[in-house]
Amino acid sequence: MEAVYAFCVGALTTCGFFLVLRGRTFTVVMGLTLLSYAVNLFLFASGRLTLDGAAVLGQSTVYSDPLPQALVLTAIVIGFAMTAFVVILAMRSRADQGNDHVDGTVPPPPPRATGSYRRNS
Amino acid sequence: MQHLPILPILIPMLAGVLMLLPPIGNSINRHRFFSVSVMIGLVIASALLLLTSHQQGTQMYVLGGWQPPFGIVLVADRLSTMMVLLTSVLSLGALLYACAGDDNDGMYFHPLFMFLVMGVNGAFLTGDIFNLFVFFEVLLIASYALLIHGGGKQKTKANVHYVILNLVGSSIFLFALGILYGTIGSLNIADMAVKVRLLDEPGQALVKAGGLLLLVVFGLKAAMLPLHFWLPRTYAAASAPVAALFAIMTKVGIYSILRVHTVIFGEDAGALASIAVPWLWPLALLTLVIGAIGVLASPSLRLTVANLVIVSVGTLLVAIAMHRESATSAALYYMIHTTLVTGALFLLADLVSKQRGKAEDRYVIARKMKRGKIIGIAFFIAALIVVGMPPLSGFVGKVLILQSAQGLDEIAWVWPIVLLAGLASLIAISRAGTTIFWRYTEDSNIDIPIAPLRVIAIVLLLSASPLLVIFGGPVTDYTNMAATQLHDTTQSVDALIPGGSE
Repeated sequence: MEAVYAFCVGALTTCGFFLVLRGRTFTVVMGLTLLSYAVNLFLFASGRLTLDGAAVLGQSTVYSDPLPQALVLTAIVIGFAMTAFVVILAMRSRADQGNDHVDGTVPPPPPRATGSYRRNS
Repeated sequence: MQHLPILPILIPMLAGVLMLLPPIGNSINRHRFFSVSVMIGLVIASALLLLTSHQQGTQMYVLGGWQPPFGIVLVADRLSTMMVLLTSVLSLGALLYACAGDDNDGMYFHPLFMFLVMGVNGAFLTGDIFNLFVFFEVLLIASYALLIHGGGKQKTKANVHYVILNLVGSSIFLFALGILYGTIGSLNIADMAVKVRLLDEPGQALVKAGGLLLLVVFGLKAAMLPLHFWLPRTYAAASAPVAALFAIMTKVGIYSILRVHTVIFGEDAGALASIAVPWLWPLALLTLVIGAIGVLASPSLRLTVANLVIVSVGTLLVAIAMHRESATSAALYYMIHTTLVTGALFLLADLVSKQRGKAEDRYVIARKMKRGKIIGIAFFIAALIVVGMPPLSGFVGKVLILQSAQGLDEIAWVWPIVLLAGLASLIAISRAGTTIFWRYTEDSNIDIPIAPLRVIAIVLLLSASPLLVIFGGPVTDYTNMAATQLHDTTQSVDALIPGGSE
């Protein structure tokens, strides 16, 4: 279970960081969402993974650490609020700037390697 | 009096909520009156808290009665109460300035302002790093909304970068917290400082990674070198009172580095002692260099001031990298000075840009300002303070920092770079002054009056500098004691944990 869990958190983080580094606000927002999922899973695992472990005393013989669950709860709430804000901000930016690039201007496409030179001149 | 430590958080929170409701929420004048009176109350409460914690030792406020290391605690020691008082004074100045008209450009300026102050105060007072994260988010979401206050293309553009960077920063913060909790098993700062000494070899490697990730996050908030690119444009785009209040936000990052890397990873942390110092040295010096280059290259007064913030962050980081009591004490003195003065300079830059019409605060030839004299005098004094000319507080602060470098190997780097950065600021600010006040085409026929409230706000912030010099003795005594309290584990750790370090 640990290996699968670790792989999932790692994959989510990698994809999140890749998407955050893109130029358009939509992909960046997607990336931030993936990152916050990865963070929540990671925080949850910081109290060690247990099967059938209750976080309340007297409910079972195996206990899981209750504190990470409280932390994850807080982090989820904050993460949702921030994602909502960044979505609204992206829409506002799209309206103000006329495009959805994070820099406010779309950079010119890179020149083609061959062929296009002769036609332009 | 027993509930004094939580007042700097409760007062702005309740005030912010009340201001959203009728009857206060209906009119801007009621908003202004209410928020200024609340802010004066907050200054008094923070001053009282500072006095109590100075005389009776560290105040601990245990929320819900759960004794540490369990539960949530607020810790009001000399350092945090000093920062809270500094926040209150700075925000009083910014608020007075805003009440002259800037708060009416958009909705809900005053409640957001209060929530930002609440977040900053909470970050200073909290005793565990998860609540530090929570208060960071509170102050950040208020600052996102305040930054965009008034609207406009520039603000939206700057805000997109600022928000995305800070959201990535928050994710890294949580990763670091997860690593630290998973290995140390606690998030209370004092308790972590005790438990970090007892770690085994693999645990140490993980905690080192976590601690350095925290340095990255705090470096992002403080605008440390590779993470500073957002700052100049963000601060230059914000409206003046907001930019002035933002002057404290980089200091929140500095404060967190100081707190985490001297208390948890201090001298007593065994194999993990001073893990940040080898990283801090080059980054701090390079921050100074890049700040100095930025100051010289800025095309407008607001950008110059924003780059001066980076210079001050570099100076403070240099002092923290020295990792000794005298340097921390000097850094605290410099922190009071630089926060209030850069706040005042942001307000002054706004006055200048309002007077100059289309030229705003850019360094171009424009019509002569009608009210140039009073602004010019204020600018001259502020410039003297910020570049560190004797006899004002910038000079004293820099001398203290340079003095505390004595005996270190790095002194050959510290002295020239700090002094050259000062020279660069001097050149840039004198060029700014000559262009703005002395180079003009013709007299302007438009007379734009200056609201007296704006002058009062600027004088209030600038008067801190001569006061810091006149009362230099008591102030440095206080910062010395605060630094001792921070570095001494018997005071900063064992006093806060029942059972101590046994």
